[in-house]
Amino acid sequence: MREITYLEAVREAMTQEMERDSRVFLIGEDIGEYGGAFQVSYGMLEKFGHERILDTPITELGLTGAATGAALIGMRPIAEIMFMDFTTLASEQLVNQAAKLRFMFGGQSTVPLVLRTPAGSGTGAAEHHSQSFENWFVHVPGLKVVMPSTPYDVKGLLISSIRDNNPVVFIEHKLLYKTKGEVPEEMYEIPLGKADIKRQGKDLTIIATAIMVKKSLEAAEQLAQEGIDVEVVDPRTLRPLDTESIVNSVKKTGKVLIVHEAVKTGGFGGELAAVIAESEAFGYLEAPILRLAGREVPIPYNRNLESAAVPQVEDIIVKARELANLKV
Amino acid sequence: MTLTKEQAAEYLLQMYQIRAFEEQAEKSYMAGKIHGTMHLSIGQEASAVGSISTLEPDDFIIGHHRGHGLTIAKGADLNLMMAEFYGKENGYCRGRGGSMHIADVKGGNLGANGVVGGGIPMAVGIGIGLKMEAKDQVLLSFFGDGAASTGAFHESMILAELFQVPVVFICENNQYAMSFAASDWTTSKKIAAHGELYGLASTSTDGNDLIAVREAVQKGVDLARSGGGPSLVVNDTYRWRGHSKSDRNRYRTKEEIEEWKKKDPIGRFHDYCLKEKLLTEKEAEEIEDRAYADIEAARVFAEASPDPSVDTLEEGVYAP
Repeated sequence: MREITYLEAVREAMTQEMERDSRVFLIGEDIGEYGGAFQVSYGMLEKFGHERILDTPITELGLTGAATGAALIGMRPIAEIMFMDFTTLASEQLVNQAAKLRFMFGGQSTVPLVLRTPAGSGTGAAEHHSQSFENWFVHVPGLKVVMPSTPYDVKGLLISSIRDNNPVVFIEHKLLYKTKGEVPEEMYEIPLGKADIKRQGKDLTIIATAIMVKKSLEAAEQLAQEGIDVEVVDPRTLRPLDTESIVNSVKKTGKVLIVHEAVKTGGFGGELAAVIAESEAFGYLEAPILRLAGREVPIPYNRNLESAAVPQVEDIIVKARELANLKV
Repeated sequence: MTLTKEQAAEYLLQMYQIRAFEEQAEKSYMAGKIHGTMHLSIGQEASAVGSISTLEPDDFIIGHHRGHGLTIAKGADLNLMMAEFYGKENGYCRGRGGSMHIADVKGGNLGANGVVGGGIPMAVGIGIGLKMEAKDQVLLSFFGDGAASTGAFHESMILAELFQVPVVFICENNQYAMSFAASDWTTSKKIAAHGELYGLASTSTDGNDLIAVREAVQKGVDLARSGGGPSLVVNDTYRWRGHSKSDRNRYRTKEEIEEWKKKDPIGRFHDYCLKEKLLTEKEAEEIEDRAYADIEAARVFAEASPDPSVDTLEEGVYAP
């Protein structure tokens, strides 16, 4: 099969959906001639024109609200927030409005909106362009939260998100944009709320999100040489969460390490750990549930400091090895 | 822009219905039948009715937390509205929204809003959608003087002008954002000047004069419908009641309130209709009586309506 990058897969999903459905449009900052800060929408202006590629001045609150309003009357907007850090500015419309309108109006309204945003560190952009806020949005009933880790997943999940009748926060990791993988040319959906077992294993389960899936798979290959057989589970959607796949994997291996880039305290790992501890998998645990996550600091500028602030492959290997040797 | 007798009767009826609804709301609250809070627009009726009287039935409005008047002026079913105020299952929002969040989507009312300024960015997007789908409809986006200081307002003016949306933004300047006096930072003219600055055709008007409001908003509606883009109208008005139930009126004087009561929008329109021979004294009285009877019927309907079942609590968070 043909290989394309994660970034190209995002663009292809948006392009194909815009060709299929005239109600789909893009709104965001520098998404037209500039092609988006990461070039995700490059070339789409030529194809769809200014009528459907709406370049805005710097108005995160305004453009997110505009997307919400358009969705309210049946359009299917895709809003881009240039860096996830700036979703702080968009949150009023996303959290108070888009997420609640349906419930608040007793089911009279739907808000089919996708808010795409690149998250994560590793680009040297420091404190204001590197954060991972997924768990803030996971905490909001009415939102769905998607975090794809591969080119194949990002296309299918984005198509599903655009077709979904609810507001979806679609989080792309910057370091994944250039990664390549097999992606079908035709359109396909990956259901929201379905996890994927990225690697089968029997000794322990790593549950990882976004870039940490890729790092965990690299770690698993090295651990395999030591005779530690790791299963890697990617939830892909954090809300709704595929609890069943996670519980089944933990029942199978009896040990679980949760890996994410966002800061550990209050991060999604705490939720995953609780879901496992509350489930029938609890009785199968042969060791404590472990978490490996971002350190309790803002993302710093210096290359070494930045790298040390979030889990790296070597950290995952060390932690997984520790878990493999742990006995209750 | 003279009114027909039918129009005069309809607008006077709506204004009385708003007044009667809110007086009943207050009574029900005092009687302990309502929990939570409410924001009454008594004294602002001409702004709601005058503005919305310029719309066609399939046009839209989006509102704010002090939205009972807007909802009635857009033609809401008073029974469903009162049932929502009472938090009942057969209310507009199944008792999930209450006073601050009434929407009547089929009737073109896209909802009141509990966040000051919360509806304004959405108004831009509704306008974008209408334009993109080449619809003939227009939207009125209502907010207060409190919202005029928010970033949401200023960002939205910029985007509205950029995308030339078919929206009339209507600032109901009732002089106070909770306790903060508009006069401490602005005036109706200055709020209109903000719109002007961003390129919108903008004006301020006597918001207690239904005819003046109608004329100002009609210009905006005509502009929007003819592809001329957005505009801003500031209706200068006054709320007689406090901000909400917690208000002790410490920030204004009784004399000030009494001065504004002399400019009662209903009294003024009533007198106008008599003077212009659009209604007789007797007809006007009958209209007032009918409005109060309609609201009494709505109260009876609401009180007889069932509460939502707790079993349905988690319904409606996500669309299928």
